Amino acid sequence: MRADNSSAQAAFANASAYLERKPLVSNQRPLAWITDHICRIVEKPAPMWWWILTIFFGAVACLTPLMLTYLVSTGVGVWGLNVPVCWAWDITNFVFWIGIGHAGTLISAILFLTRQNWRTSVNRSAEAMTIFAVICAGIFPAFHVGRVWMAWFLAPVPNANAIWQNFRSPLLWDVFAVSTYFTVSLIFWYLGLIPDLASLRDRAKTRFRQMAYGLLAMGWRGSNRHWTHYEKAYLILAGISTPLVLSVHSVVSFDFATSIVPGWHTTIFPPYFVAGAIFGGFAMVLTLLIPFREIYGLHDLVTDKHIDNMCKIILLTGSLVGYAYAMEFFIAWYSGNPFEIYAFTNRAFGPYWWAYWAMITCNVAAPQLFWFKYCRQNPWVVLAIVMFPNTGMWFERFVIIVTSIHRDFLPSSWGYFSPTWVDITLFIGTIGLFVFLFLLFVRFLPMINIFEVKNITPEADPHTPDSHSERDSSISHATTTEVHA
Amino acid sequence: MNRSEKSLHGLGAEFPTAASLLHAAKKVQALGFRRWDVYSPFPVHGMDHAMGFKRSRVSLFSLIGGFIGLGTAFALIYYTSAVNYPLITQGKPYFSLEASLPIFFELTILLTAFGTVLGLLLLTLLPRFHHPVFNWDRFQRVTDDGFFIVLETADPQFSNETSRKFLQEIGGTHISEIFQDPETTPHPARPNSEVFS
Repeated sequence: MRADNSSAQAAFANASAYLERKPLVSNQRPLAWITDHICRIVEKPAPMWWWILTIFFGAVACLTPLMLTYLVSTGVGVWGLNVPVCWAWDITNFVFWIGIGHAGTLISAILFLTRQNWRTSVNRSAEAMTIFAVICAGIFPAFHVGRVWMAWFLAPVPNANAIWQNFRSPLLWDVFAVSTYFTVSLIFWYLGLIPDLASLRDRAKTRFRQMAYGLLAMGWRGSNRHWTHYEKAYLILAGISTPLVLSVHSVVSFDFATSIVPGWHTTIFPPYFVAGAIFGGFAMVLTLLIPFREIYGLHDLVTDKHIDNMCKIILLTGSLVGYAYAMEFFIAWYSGNPFEIYAFTNRAFGPYWWAYWAMITCNVAAPQLFWFKYCRQNPWVVLAIVMFPNTGMWFERFVIIVTSIHRDFLPSSWGYFSPTWVDITLFIGTIGLFVFLFLLFVRFLPMINIFEVKNITPEADPHTPDSHSERDSSISHATTTEVHA
Repeated sequence: MNRSEKSLHGLGAEFPTAASLLHAAKKVQALGFRRWDVYSPFPVHGMDHAMGFKRSRVSLFSLIGGFIGLGTAFALIYYTSAVNYPLITQGKPYFSLEASLPIFFELTILLTAFGTVLGLLLLTLLPRFHHPVFNWDRFQRVTDDGFFIVLETADPQFSNETSRKFLQEIGGTHISEIFQDPETTPHPARPNSEVFS
């Protein structure tokens, strides 16, 4: 009887240990450890690998201004686009980069509103990624206008022609959406940085660092009279960023969906683009985060649980994207419109079949591996798998843009787009710029949100530890009173 | 009253945990203190209630910002397309609500964000790079793992002896006088300054 009882108890203990959630900060790290561990990355002298990588990617980033100068001084003809494919690599790259940014805002805003505490360890670097990706994205449409010195025509300022912008144009909506997105993301990011910049200020060993971080921290002193407003402001920014992030990629998709081009003219585009953006963005977050987690030993802060969660989001959004691909085909067939049907058969089996099947393999097939726990638990396997969405999402935009327009309505206006070396080098240049900016960010700013991570430790909860001890003491009191009685 | 007491900002006390800080703050509030503050490395859950705060007014600024944004967007689109230079494009009306919605939305969001930040800065009176609490050496840990309560001399209930005793009673340690004048307050960067216990 007694043996049964104890085995039942053991089974219960096992079960509760199994059911208990893993803590978001492993090894019960104290608050000072968290501050120190994150600030140290910024405070220690830059390691050799950082110099090598930064100089390398800085050099690659220089390709961007180099290629743009060549483009502007020679003419748009150095890009491979021409009638009928007038939107090609540049717009593909624009949508690719802007999509990457979306995971950052999703993590910082939507996961904040839904009280997903695991976001705290990853939101800072994901938001930084958003800002750098939007910077890379902005370059392409600005130069795609052809005469870049006329790009200011996009802004509603009076000009010599006395004509205003066409406010019905989705391209103008895009200008407003992307610039608002960039500004609000920057504000949100900076607001989250203020208390952490104060941490760096208070730890500064040199006068220069103290001044620099002190100025950026705006004299933050952790007063609760400030925290109360700060938390409210953060909540509001999260609240407005949530519809904003959904709107941005919807507006980007309107650039295509409001046209009458078969393959573009579909109502599924906004949700499909948003799902794809989140999918590609999370892949990029993991691509950046896994190496830095290994290099800086951040395993207690970015735990396996964090990676596991992000893999699940990639699996979900990857499947959503796969559903959208299938639905596009179904609707093309169901519409009975021969041009629609042709556009989609041409996508899969036309001259760009390789791009289409690369997209399907990378975006639909590869993420299915995340059904297996093994694939989600091993960071190196995760890193290998997320390379597929990174590539696949670029192919998706290429497939949507180029395959839809390379065969115009008249066979006399059919063409085949091939990128030139300038197209390719410029894209490589923006990849260099993106990584270069991220390396600078890791070096000079805390890459993990220090105060929010502290806030999710059990130590920070003013109720749990106290009530635990109170409950424990009350239990022991009860036992003693019973004994006394 | 000597000079040092005149420039006294308040009495600071340190607390070991967020829980003890919350516990102590409730007692300060119960005593009826008005000019005091709690400092912590992160927002402590329940502290706003403990300090008797009402809802933050930042949201009012956000709302005003949002309305200004919406108004700007409407004025911009209506004025440019229907008043200043009406131009028929694609046979559509000069102004229509449907086509304007994306820009209405984006500018509303943009100015809500500006309003929120402006509201935050106005309500917190930041940026402010100098504050007496920074003169206290232990206070550097507020952005690390230090929890503090500062009772200010500006409060009518403040008295150096009773307030000090009170801070001790509610569990404060390292109770220290914080002066307006940085030279008087103990700080490791100023080794010759007088050290209070």
